[in-house]
Amino acid sequence: MSNIPGDLQYTRSHEWVRGLPDGLVEVGITDHAQAALGDLVFVEVPQVDTQVRAGEGCAVVESVKAASDVYSPVSGRVVASNGELAARPELLNHDPYGAGWLMRLQRDPSPPGDALLSATEYAQFLNAAE
Amino acid sequence: MPYIPHTASDVARMLEVIGVRSIDDLFDEIPSALKTTALSGVPPALTEMEVARLLTERAARDGRPLNFIGAGAYEHHIPAPVWSIATRGEFYSAYTPYQAEASQGTLQLIYEYQSMMCALTGMDVSNASLYDGASALAEACLMAVRANRATHARRILLPRAVNPTYRQVARAITGNQHIEFDVVDFDRRQGRVALTALEAHGARDATALVVQQPNFFGNLEEVDPLTDWAHANGMLVIAVVNPVALALLKPPGEWGGLIDDKRGADIVCGEGQPLGVPLASGGPYFGFMATRMQHVRQMPGRIVGRTADLEGRPGFTLTLQAREQHIRRSKATSNICTNQGLMVTAATIYLSLLGAEGLRRVATASAQRTAALVHALTSIPGVTAAFDAPRFHEAVLLLDRPVAPVAAALAERGILAGFDLCASYPELGNALLICATETKLDADIAAYASALAVVMQSSRGASGADQGEADG
Repeated sequence: MSNIPGDLQYTRSHEWVRGLPDGLVEVGITDHAQAALGDLVFVEVPQVDTQVRAGEGCAVVESVKAASDVYSPVSGRVVASNGELAARPELLNHDPYGAGWLMRLQRDPSPPGDALLSATEYAQFLNAAE
Repeated sequence: MPYIPHTASDVARMLEVIGVRSIDDLFDEIPSALKTTALSGVPPALTEMEVARLLTERAARDGRPLNFIGAGAYEHHIPAPVWSIATRGEFYSAYTPYQAEASQGTLQLIYEYQSMMCALTGMDVSNASLYDGASALAEACLMAVRANRATHARRILLPRAVNPTYRQVARAITGNQHIEFDVVDFDRRQGRVALTALEAHGARDATALVVQQPNFFGNLEEVDPLTDWAHANGMLVIAVVNPVALALLKPPGEWGGLIDDKRGADIVCGEGQPLGVPLASGGPYFGFMATRMQHVRQMPGRIVGRTADLEGRPGFTLTLQAREQHIRRSKATSNICTNQGLMVTAATIYLSLLGAEGLRRVATASAQRTAALVHALTSIPGVTAAFDAPRFHEAVLLLDRPVAPVAAALAERGILAGFDLCASYPELGNALLICATETKLDADIAAYASALAVVMQSSRGASGADQGEADG
């Protein structure tokens, strides 16, 4: 059973979103996603100031067997990305909700259509998929 | 026995399941105007003996002309061992094997090839080859757009002095990917890119600058200031190089000055044919590509790595494949599914036989022969050199009359005079691109010069009429 922290929001494509105190959001991929990918060998994060849109590819995670897109859960502007991952992609395997974060975004003003899942909903989604 | 596993009844059952009457019905969506029916122009089959005879006769019609045409494909001496080794059963395949790691010899050969290309280009990594030089440039342009993350531009500065076929192929391959090519003119006196011309293009955001060295006219570009200018403007540098010339010239990995601890071209590509592959009506040739470690994940094609097995023994393996099409499907970095393995085998053997010193001698002799040829031909009245930039083994001559009839008259004398530039570069007038490699001896150059002198002399009276024809 994978780890699904209750204080985060999730997507069906296995990204998580954390609201930060300064109004920014932090984005990463879930424990389930990192386990499914296996040992990561390379992570490509977006450059600061890139404009990303919900549902569009914003990062690439590459394991020994596959390279997969990470889709941005929300729309916004990248204000920081995790440069540490370039040298230590394994951080994403070891600590997907902490040191393995991918990027921090300044969200675009109130997009009402955001269909993010709660931890419970994501857990149900994973169960249904299995 | 036909090698088709499905019987007629298998096929009938499958068609029934999907609700289609015949296999042809599966192709209904193709308009009938696009479908071929019986091939009326195809003659009946010939036996092997008949085919051999026909081809021998046809080949004999070409004669054995003295060839002074380069323009992207070059006649070099190929030592006999190259193809006698390359066509051994162990190597004789155009493909890298599907079960790649079971073929350690093939992988080792590719690894040696990559190592040699890195040494020649001064880059960190080479792929296992591409189709040809032209498609290699197209792939390099696509790669530059992926790799240059500092800009969202998809605009590439492409000098007009780059091989016109390469430019055409690059446009064709990238045509539906919204890449804009901005053509940079060449300096009329020097026959190469002038920095001042670039400045006019630099104001707008661009992804990369292509630098061909030597350029299509055989002239040497000022690669250092071009590289520095591109980097200072946030562009990547795509070098298109002749691998033989690299034996004498500064490797692209060292172009330009140190900027932020980095120097040199970012992507290097080109045509590998001069390395042991014979001229053959346009192919098969092979393309090469090399880059810096920083961009390795954006490089298309296969890469062989050296590793150690569980018992610590050295071995070879395909590496960095996660972005190739068999894994990433539509999002793959390219759809290069194989490479020109056999041509690469020949090139690897060629380079191993010659060594660094041998390749340097080939390059030096080629440059010297071309210098001698230019000297001999420009001594003829009505023949001048078009440009005064330093050159490698090609040069552009200007004639005082249209090129085509002169070239035709020389062809009748068994001499292929060069590549007529009038279709690709009408602005140059009566321009002829000539090339002499190490294969052209003093006697060959003298034969060309005396034949050209005779042709120029005898066609003098007719030149006015020819001029009129060309103008029309």
